[in-house]
Amino acid sequence: MASLKELKGRINSVKSTQKITKAKQMVAAAKLRKAQTAAEAARPYASRLSQVMGSLASRIVISENSPKLLAGTGKNAVHLLVVANSDRGLCGAFNANIVKAARLKAKALEAEGKQVVFYLIGRKGRAVIRREYPNGIIGGFDTSTVREAGYAEADAIVAELVALYEAGKFDVAHLFFSKFRSALLQEPTEQQIIPVPAPKADAAGKSGDAVVEYEPEEEEILGQLLPRYLKTQIFGALLENAASEQGASMTAMDNATRNAGELINKLTIQYNRSRQAAITTELIEIIAGAEAL
Amino acid sequence: MALHFELVTPARLVRSEDVYQVVVPGSEGEFGVLAGHAPFMSTIKDGVVKVFKTENSPAEEIAIVGGFAEVTPEGLTVLAESVAA
Repeated sequence: MASLKELKGRINSVKSTQKITKAKQMVAAAKLRKAQTAAEAARPYASRLSQVMGSLASRIVISENSPKLLAGTGKNAVHLLVVANSDRGLCGAFNANIVKAARLKAKALEAEGKQVVFYLIGRKGRAVIRREYPNGIIGGFDTSTVREAGYAEADAIVAELVALYEAGKFDVAHLFFSKFRSALLQEPTEQQIIPVPAPKADAAGKSGDAVVEYEPEEEEILGQLLPRYLKTQIFGALLENAASEQGASMTAMDNATRNAGELINKLTIQYNRSRQAAITTELIEIIAGAEAL
Repeated sequence: MALHFELVTPARLVRSEDVYQVVVPGSEGEFGVLAGHAPFMSTIKDGVVKVFKTENSPAEEIAIVGGFAEVTPEGLTVLAESVAA
C-alpha cells in the first residue's frame, strides 16, 4: 500500500487538476454564450445571400462560359478536403470527431480511385492527417494568431482556396466542420463547397415570377456573388466551429471535474484508512511493549 | 407607403426598418429606391448609403464596403461586406 505521504501528494495533485478543469469549464461556458450570439448574428446574412443566389441561379443556364466556381472544372479527379479544427485542446473528442469524418470521406474517395488532398484550418488535427497523408496537405490556415476567427479570416481562406482552384490543384472541395446543435451535441458535418452546389429551388420559386432587372448582367453579378457566397459558407463554418468547440470543452471539462471529485473522495478514504491502520499498529506496539514489562 | 429597408453584414443585421427612400451607390451609378420599386438587383461599389426616414428629413449616411442590393416587392435588402460603425 502506498505510504501516507504518497497518498497526500496524489490527493493534492488531483485537487489542483480539478481546479484547472473547473476554471476551464467556466471559461468555456462564458465563451460559449458569446460564440453562440455571434453564430446567430451571422444567420440573416447567410440566409439572404442564399436567397439571392437561388433567384439568380434559377435564371442562368450552366454553360461553358459560366463561372468555374459554379460549373466545375469538368473533371472529378482530385478532391480537396477542407478540415476546420480548433487551435486548442481540452475540448474532448471535438477535433478527433472532425478528423475522423474527414478520414472516412478520404478513404471512400480513394476507394473510388480519386486523389485526395487536404487544406487544414486551425492547429489541431494537423499531426494526425500529416501522419496518414504526408504529401497530401497542400495548404493550411493558422487561426491561432487571432482571438476569434472572423470574416477577415474567412476572406483570406477563400482567397487561397480560389487561387488553388484556379491553378487546377483540385476539382471538388468538401468542407468539414462541427455543426453546433447544443452545448451537449456537436455534429461533424460535411459540405460540398466547390463547385458551389445549386441552391434549393424553394428560394428560387419565390421571386421567380417577378421580372427582375440586373445591373450589371446576371453573369457578372454571379461572378461577384460566388466568392462572397463561399466566404459566407466558410465564415459560418468558423463560427459554428467556435461555438461547438466551447460546447464540447464545457462538457468535457464538466466530466473531468466530476471525475476528479470522485478520485479525490476515493483517495481520501484510502488515506484515512491507512492513517488509522498506522495508528492502530502503533498502539498495539505500545501496548504489547507495556505488557511485556 | 413605406419602404422596408434592411442592411445586413456577415457579422450582424445592422438595420431593419421602414423608411421613405434609400439612395444606394450602385456599381453603375447611384440609384434611389422608393416604395413600390420594380424588382431589381445590382452590385454596389464602396460608398455611402443615404437613408431618408421621411420625405423631408435629412439623409442619414451609412458608409459601406462592397456588396449587393436587391429590391423585391417586400423591400430593399443591402448585403454589405462591412459597415463603418
